[in-house]
Amino acid sequence: MLRKTLTDDTFYLNMGPQHPSTHGVLRLLLRLDGERIVECEPVLGYSHRGHEHMAQTRSYLRFMPNPCRMDYLAGLMYNHAYCLAVERACGIEAPPRAQFIRVICAELNRISSHLLWFGAYLLDLGGFTPFLYAFDDREDVLSILGEITGSRLTYSYCRFGGVARDLTPKFIELTKAFIPKLRVRLKDYDTLVSKNVIFINRTKDVGVITKEQARDYSVTGPNLRACGVPHDQRRCEPYSVYPEIDFEVITADGANGEGDCYDRYLVRMQEMEESLRIVEQALQRLPEGPIRAKGVAQEPAPPPGAYQYCYESARGMLGIYLVSDGSRVPVRMKWRTPSFSNLSILPILLPGTLVADTVAILGSLDLVIPEIDR
Amino acid sequence: MITTLSKTWQALLDFFGPLALVLVIGLVIALTYVQINALFLVWLERKVAGHIQLRIGPKEVGPFGVLQTIVDGVKLLGKELITPRPASWLLFVLSPILVFTPVLVPFVVLPFGENLQVHDLNVGLLLIFAFAGLNVLAILMGGWASNNKYALLGAIRSVAQNVAYEIPLLLSAMSVVIMANSLSLRAIVDAQEGLWFVFVQPVAAILYLVGATAETNRAPFDIPEAESELVAGFHTEYSGMRFGLFFLAEYTNMFIVASVATTLFFGGWRGPIADGPWWFLAKVYLLIFGVIWVRWTFPRLRFDQLMNLAWKFLIPIGLVNLLVTALVLKLVR
Repeated sequence: MLRKTLTDDTFYLNMGPQHPSTHGVLRLLLRLDGERIVECEPVLGYSHRGHEHMAQTRSYLRFMPNPCRMDYLAGLMYNHAYCLAVERACGIEAPPRAQFIRVICAELNRISSHLLWFGAYLLDLGGFTPFLYAFDDREDVLSILGEITGSRLTYSYCRFGGVARDLTPKFIELTKAFIPKLRVRLKDYDTLVSKNVIFINRTKDVGVITKEQARDYSVTGPNLRACGVPHDQRRCEPYSVYPEIDFEVITADGANGEGDCYDRYLVRMQEMEESLRIVEQALQRLPEGPIRAKGVAQEPAPPPGAYQYCYESARGMLGIYLVSDGSRVPVRMKWRTPSFSNLSILPILLPGTLVADTVAILGSLDLVIPEIDR
Repeated sequence: MITTLSKTWQALLDFFGPLALVLVIGLVIALTYVQINALFLVWLERKVAGHIQLRIGPKEVGPFGVLQTIVDGVKLLGKELITPRPASWLLFVLSPILVFTPVLVPFVVLPFGENLQVHDLNVGLLLIFAFAGLNVLAILMGGWASNNKYALLGAIRSVAQNVAYEIPLLLSAMSVVIMANSLSLRAIVDAQEGLWFVFVQPVAAILYLVGATAETNRAPFDIPEAESELVAGFHTEYSGMRFGLFFLAEYTNMFIVASVATTLFFGGWRGPIADGPWWFLAKVYLLIFGVIWVRWTFPRLRFDQLMNLAWKFLIPIGLVNLLVTALVLKLVR
């Protein structure tokens, strides 16, 4: 990759793997002409832990803690997706109360993930204060989730056919207090950041992804919705209790859906509001009943065959491809993680931009590196 | 030995007169003040930032954490001074010294109070801007000598930025100079008896404040050391007290530009009641507080936007302002 001889005035800049703005251990090889980027090549693999191989060497139950470690910012969602995938393969149906609890937790997790992105993105752009505001709010979400799951980052809360623990009254109380609080804070963020001239200048028309490019590189999640494509796994292939819940798929408004960094920012901020709505509705409709399905084997063994499950994680479409030979250990478990595809579009977005834009574009894609490397 | 020294001293006194004595004492006081001021400002910055960010900032060392910066300074003193092997040694070592030394000189002419000024030069303002300009050279040296691409990018940005922003700074100062009819800082303060220049020259005042923020590399114009892009910019490779000197110079520069702003636009040591140095210091620290506030509120500008702001807006506005000032004064006088 570095072998190309440089015959002009360009030079290589090695950005990462220890760089404050690559959020983990992503390495970008940049060829620069002054401050302008000529070429970019992402280098991966610095936090590869072989989760997919681990899945093939242990039973479904023992793999339970792993998905949380792939995307540590949306651990509960990965946990949820994994349980749903295995449940579909085994033909298990979780009771309605468990389904609702899972959705509440998953949406709270989405809020915490988006909040962290918001803070970190502003940090990338040089605004330090929103970072701490976002962490302040995120702290609330983490305490709420910690209340029932017992942990703050890697939850392993779902079980095959249900959840580990029932909701506590304190959880409901905390959540109900949190929803109006975050709504107020989101308005604050709007005045502090969304309408800030410097912020708009830094993000508007920067890193534009067209619909065609998004399709070619299979960009998903908020990044795709910012291009104006209303694709949301919760709507396209509804799972769990999402069909019963009224929420909107946020896209950058209509024709203005240019897919620049500012649109991606707006989509995520509005998604947090939608998530609050989902949590609110789910809490209202929360049925009584058991939280674990009866008669589910502790070590499930899906019938032979291949299964595919798609889930809308905080970063986009999460696909789990599962091949079973009828035993308790999967033959193959492929994870299609959204950040990997979202990152793949970076080399075509960067050429022609400035170093400062690199940070703005990279941040706006909301990448979680351990999830790319798995 | 001692006789030689005292003879030299006597010769110096004979040659320069008592002025030399005053200058030496003044510089010693200035050096002490620079240190204390930097300690205080770093503490203030961290405390203000803390409160803006819903934290409380340093609180462990001393009452309200006031001694925190001293502890940090001691830590910096104890750190190893690392010189990267491919670095150009002489330039690398010289750069922090060159960045710190010039910031002492402006203290000679800063009018803290009616009689509290080391020496009133009739080209005081020129002296300040001349020595402030040296800053760029030192940063360029440091960035180039580090042999680090991030440091080099930081240095390039710094040069472009400082060259661009010195012009609106000087243009706005010039319109004040025309009004006061003098480059002496004391005369400029005297000219503001009754009405501060900020009310007569609001455009120049805004230009000056924006330019000064950029000149001192403060957010939102801190692109030479944009930590999320360039790691630490031009001082990426500096450690220990060499880094400390850059830091010290930055905070002292903040004090100097705020002092100049106070002198040029806010009436210096004059206040509604009881004129004196307390008014001067109060205004200076209020301005610095504003700068800190801005830093912790806004994101950073992009390099090209920064340049556009200077060349497309600030400089033309400054020129027009200067022309209008000159024209009006010509007509009035």
